[in-house]
Amino acid sequence: MPAVPSHPTLLAELVLLAIAALLATGLAGAVRARARDGRVLVYGACLVLCVLLALAGLAALAVPPTGLSLPLFLPWVGARFRLDPLAGFFLFVVNLGGAAASLYALGYGRHTAEPERVLPFYPVFLAAMNLVLVAADAFGFLFAWELMSVASWALVLAHHHEPRTRRAGVLYLLMATLSGLTLLLGFGLLAGPAGDYSFAAMRAAHPSGWIAALALMLVLFGAGAKAGLVPLHVWLPEAHPAAPSHVSALMSGVMTKVAVYAFVRVAFDLLGAPPWWSAVVVLALGGGTAVLGVLYALMESDLKRLLAYSTVENIGIIFLGLGLAMAFRADGDAIGAALALTAALLHVFNHALFKSLLFMGAGAVQTATGTRDLNRLGGLIHRMRVTSFVFLIGCAAISGLPPLNGFVSEWLIFQAILLHPDLPQWGFKVMLPADGALLALAAALAAACFVKAFGIAFLGRPRSDAAAAAREVDGFSRAAMAGLAALCLLAGIFPGVVIDALAPVAHLLLGTRLPAQLAVPWVSVVPVAAARSSYNGLLIFLFVAAASGITVAAIHRFASHALRRAPAWDCGFPNADPITQYTADSFAQPIRRVFAASLFGAHEDVTVPPPGDTAPARIVKTIRDPIWDWGYAPVAEWVERTSLTLNRLQFLTIRRYLGFVFAALVVLLLALALWQ
Amino acid sequence: MMGGFAFDVAHTLAGLLVLASLTMLYQNRLVALINVLAAQSVILSASVAWQAHLQDAPDLFITAAIALGFKAVFIPWALRRIVVRLGLHREIETVVGIGPTMLAGMGLIALSMEVMLPVTSQVDPVARQDIALALSVVLIGLLVMVTRRNAVSQVVGFLSIDNGISLAATGARGMPLVVEISVAFSVLVAFIVIGIFLFRIRERFDTVDSGALDAFRGDRR
Repeated sequence: MPAVPSHPTLLAELVLLAIAALLATGLAGAVRARARDGRVLVYGACLVLCVLLALAGLAALAVPPTGLSLPLFLPWVGARFRLDPLAGFFLFVVNLGGAAASLYALGYGRHTAEPERVLPFYPVFLAAMNLVLVAADAFGFLFAWELMSVASWALVLAHHHEPRTRRAGVLYLLMATLSGLTLLLGFGLLAGPAGDYSFAAMRAAHPSGWIAALALMLVLFGAGAKAGLVPLHVWLPEAHPAAPSHVSALMSGVMTKVAVYAFVRVAFDLLGAPPWWSAVVVLALGGGTAVLGVLYALMESDLKRLLAYSTVENIGIIFLGLGLAMAFRADGDAIGAALALTAALLHVFNHALFKSLLFMGAGAVQTATGTRDLNRLGGLIHRMRVTSFVFLIGCAAISGLPPLNGFVSEWLIFQAILLHPDLPQWGFKVMLPADGALLALAAALAAACFVKAFGIAFLGRPRSDAAAAAREVDGFSRAAMAGLAALCLLAGIFPGVVIDALAPVAHLLLGTRLPAQLAVPWVSVVPVAAARSSYNGLLIFLFVAAASGITVAAIHRFASHALRRAPAWDCGFPNADPITQYTADSFAQPIRRVFAASLFGAHEDVTVPPPGDTAPARIVKTIRDPIWDWGYAPVAEWVERTSLTLNRLQFLTIRRYLGFVFAALVVLLLALALWQ
Repeated sequence: MMGGFAFDVAHTLAGLLVLASLTMLYQNRLVALINVLAAQSVILSASVAWQAHLQDAPDLFITAAIALGFKAVFIPWALRRIVVRLGLHREIETVVGIGPTMLAGMGLIALSMEVMLPVTSQVDPVARQDIALALSVVLIGLLVMVTRRNAVSQVVGFLSIDNGISLAATGARGMPLVVEISVAFSVLVAFIVIGIFLFRIRERFDTVDSGALDAFRGDRR
């Protein structure tokens, strides 16, 4: 443990100052939104502040927790803030994503049609996310949480002219309200009858089993609705893609992580020991979310929606890891819990990196071609060389290919599952192997999904004139994406650095930590024992680099130098129109037939005109969302019916209104009389 | 401190107030209803004056005077004028029959006793009875408002609610005079507003049945 600095709260004060500066930047954005320097001013300031905050987060990983109380919000109570390794880690993740998005937006923001709808809210959104992480009482936490929801909602509505965006906005607002409400109730339970809403008091109180479980389920609902756990995910693929791309990157890459933070904070820090079966719930939700999310993503042909569904999948993986950690903790295995928790948090970090990268890539594609429909893209690799390369890295990372970072975290989660296939509780006996299988399935489907995303968008020939006329995006955007891609690679080659950085978090929450990975020779990762398993990213990287280098060299050395351009696929296709290529839908067809026919009611109608008819043949694909049809639509219908019924109350006679008042009074008095 | 006689008088006056309220329920002529209101206000004034004497609080005499002046004399006079000026149909159209209404009124009295007496067991007996009876006056006033169609009788019900509130307020010690006066004035203002409103309704719709307003809004009853 390093020496305590002479001024222990300095770091927390610095963080709060930076957050205040972000809020001030939002004000500046409101004032100077239309000015020519507005964009540079706002995004530049956000970039600098995010870098500062990320560094502060790193520093917080190394120093002991510091608390701070300020006379804000509620009088006599004040606002309490705390900076501990957990908050520090998430500060780092959030602000790394924030800095990358701000850098990207320096260039990308030029294409914003109405900057006054983005610039004031963007810094506020960043500030609110940071504030959630450092809040140390339920009031401050919920205030920041709602501020985050509202600011991101305003950002989603930046393109409010499209009806679909407005619909997404309403849906998002509803779900955000629901999430805020359940969190409020959860914290209310945690605060207990004494009603002390500071986290310190909640940590000290140990609610009994049922209360703890109920509080945990409420928080799981609230945080899960924000993070996108199935079946609470419906708003996410509507709202995330509707926002401008740098905001989408923030919402998907970063805001969902803030929700994960909320769950980790409650489940591992504030709550003493919830009953073991709550871990089963988390495990089941995590596994189901991972597979369903990626299946949805596979069905999708809108690039940004595909990425949003993939976020759902990754949230599932993260919650699966958290569920494992809860299961091991309930079973008294601290090392296993530390392994699973570290794996989940590592995936949080990794997903923030590559999902931000991919959304930025999607934004670049949209800027260059004006569309995000995969079926109208293609061949961009020739015109957007940098973007396609970094997008490829992002795709490989999210598919979990070594030597990139996505592999490490998923591998660690598998290690955690394999560590204990034999927990005594029956729930775990069923759930752990099932989750292992689900995770494997999700990883494989994710690879297929991103082969589709990259292959259809960047390879082949352009499927539309816009795709044929695409131009590479500006330097800022490329720099931001390249930086994230480099981080993906570095975190994949040297995962030990990140795992060691997470050690204080595991120590804070579980009282133990994984063995120091940097002490292992040759930058290998050995989560439990060398005899069980180890992974060396550097070795694999060198091997992959050497193998592909040798192959390329061999091809160039021994292959014919006579370059000959000839029609592609010219066997039987004299008319090689681009629309004869594979499309996103045709690529997904096999998987759609296998999984979605029963699950999503996917159905294809082929209409072939009779001979002699010159009408074109048609194939119509229909997909239903069972969760929407059976979960949300009935609720919506019920609400509408009830409100229509209640609406009649608006048109009564004066006497009837008086009658209602009178009746209510009498009923209350009667209740009082009987109750006595 | 409190003699049996003082308690009996206070109790009787409050009981008379409730009796006046019950009387309102079976009036089927507007002018008679207004007369009952005037009588109730006189009883209220007497009750307040008795409280002033008991509590040795001279400012309550002012309250009593206000009650007598405004509620017992001025407002009934003005209401009668309205009835005459507007040439109103003198009969009251009730929604529910007299019998059920009376039964409901008695039920309300029982209810308020049942609610209030256990709650106020710490208070001195005069205030205790006053509060319980005051609640029944308020509830019966509401009942009058709910079961009458004519706007003037709704005004009467409203004023009788105010009488009940005054009774409760004076029974409790230490109610400042300012509050009393402002309550009295707010009632007066409400009365003026409603009065003007009545004339306007009458001008427009040729009736003061408040149902006409609903018909104008396009509602069905």
